[in-house]
Amino acid sequence: MRISHDEIRKTAALARLAMSDDEVSDMAGQLDPILGYIAKLNELDTTGVKPANHAIDIHNALREDEVQPSLAQDEALANAPAQNGEAFVVPKVVG
Amino acid sequence: MELFEQTIHQLRELLDRGEISAVELTENILARMDAVEGRITAHITETRDEALAQAARADKIIAAGDASALTGIPLAIKDVLCTRGVRTTCGSKILEPFVPPYDATVISRIKAEGAVLLGKVSMDEFAMGYSNETCPYCVPRNPWNTAHICGGSSGGSAAAVAAGEAVASLGSDTGGSVRQPASHCGVVGLKPTYGRVSRFGLLAFASSLDQVGPLTRDVRDSALMLNVIAGYDPRDSTSIRQVVPDYTLALRDGLQGLKLGIPSEYFASGLAPEVEEAVNNGIKLLTEAGAEAVEVSLPHTEYGVAAYYIIAPAEASSNLARYDGVKYGYRDMDAESLAEMYMNSRSQGFGPEVKRRILIGTYALSSGYYDAYYKKASQVRTLIMDDYRQAFEKCDLLVSPVTPAPAWELGARMDDPLSMYLSDVLTICTNLAGLPGISVPCGFSSAGLPIGFQIQAPHFQEERLFRAAYNLEQRAGIVERRPEIA
Repeated sequence: MRISHDEIRKTAALARLAMSDDEVSDMAGQLDPILGYIAKLNELDTTGVKPANHAIDIHNALREDEVQPSLAQDEALANAPAQNGEAFVVPKVVG
Repeated sequence: MELFEQTIHQLRELLDRGEISAVELTENILARMDAVEGRITAHITETRDEALAQAARADKIIAAGDASALTGIPLAIKDVLCTRGVRTTCGSKILEPFVPPYDATVISRIKAEGAVLLGKVSMDEFAMGYSNETCPYCVPRNPWNTAHICGGSSGGSAAAVAAGEAVASLGSDTGGSVRQPASHCGVVGLKPTYGRVSRFGLLAFASSLDQVGPLTRDVRDSALMLNVIAGYDPRDSTSIRQVVPDYTLALRDGLQGLKLGIPSEYFASGLAPEVEEAVNNGIKLLTEAGAEAVEVSLPHTEYGVAAYYIIAPAEASSNLARYDGVKYGYRDMDAESLAEMYMNSRSQGFGPEVKRRILIGTYALSSGYYDAYYKKASQVRTLIMDDYRQAFEKCDLLVSPVTPAPAWELGARMDDPLSMYLSDVLTICTNLAGLPGISVPCGFSSAGLPIGFQIQAPHFQEERLFRAAYNLEQRAGIVERRPEIA
């Protein structure tokens, strides 16, 4: 199965990645053999096989809902590319 | 033997007897870094001043008679683990300015022991890679031959330990990323059972597969490191409440009563003859130690890579959605809208391999493809886990090579991602099934490059793993070999 340039553009947009036409073309050349290889899984009949999302059986890892110390505001903001001492600052969202 | 060539347990004796101080030991390693780091390039960030201050504190702990296994031992940390106040890049430009406000649980644990942290070592970007060539900061060289890859993604860890730039290191293993560079650099690399070690503060790649593990000079050091990092952590909901034994008690001579399973699929065509020969010799040494070898089959092994390259990118595409330029990391400051800011920050911050995997994962999870890709891969994961369950009814451990071939030359496969992915074939299924696995040096190629021996065990049977690994190490006679760095 070949992946079209449009599908790559659409997927990149979903993942919030901008790609030039050259990058799309390069990516198609790399993804085709990878997806072709992955199609190997269709050799296997998996009818009725339960999917595994985890290797270890863990259910309901619950704990008491207790207040614990958390990061101070200045520590939480320290890595922000833009902040005003109280909040993260981003470009205007609504007109 | 020079101080920088010794093991944790050898240095422990010297420190506790007062023959050396932790400051002297740290200075010795820093001098070694001065001598070889220019050729090895393992470090993204060095923390020399902090290391000397930690060593001075360790000397006080030792003088007070309160030393434990890692007190005063200089360690290198893969840049995937959060270190409070020390930049943590995950090998990516998108985290170039990131200074974590907290320590990963494994870092808190080694700090509580009084360990000395030398700095943050190189890795493939977001731990996605086989050769450590996708790191934008520095590409570490194999200390046994600097024209060759050191393996990845914990390549900086393996190279630093092999080159004497650290006594041991912590790495992370999602599809072989501790075992495989350990194999290529001639050190011991352990991937513990999923849930054995906390993932809190480990920057997530594929959360159902990731596990932190040590890279060390010998098996005893690996057991000592696991003693410290293993255990339940309320901050990791997948960590397991199970008692942590003293793993060093498993290191005893003789393997009587132990059955080694030899999976025929791991010795299929494509294995370099020198690797096959070295591993077969390793199996012979283990049988001489008293183990019995039996043939077993893991029929779905050949589907592991295909399943992994859906599951891991799918989880990664979700995990890496958090890098949006808002709260930390790189932001395109020129973007005029929020949407443009997300798009540009991610596009400029991530490298090509990471983008490739985000695209594969997003595609596999997208509407219309979910059943064909993600669900199918998760079903095959069940079949792979069933294979292991059946094999472990016939044997106690599985033995095999770690990699199909010794380390190749730098640059040789950079243009062919699929051939790079296929090199993970012998290590990936361990992660899909959440099992513990270890790579132990068992020989060298005619070109002088190390060859590793892989042992896999059922869940939480690390003691059995260490016991066999120790017996192999004792009989292989290469544990004291160190590279001449040219």
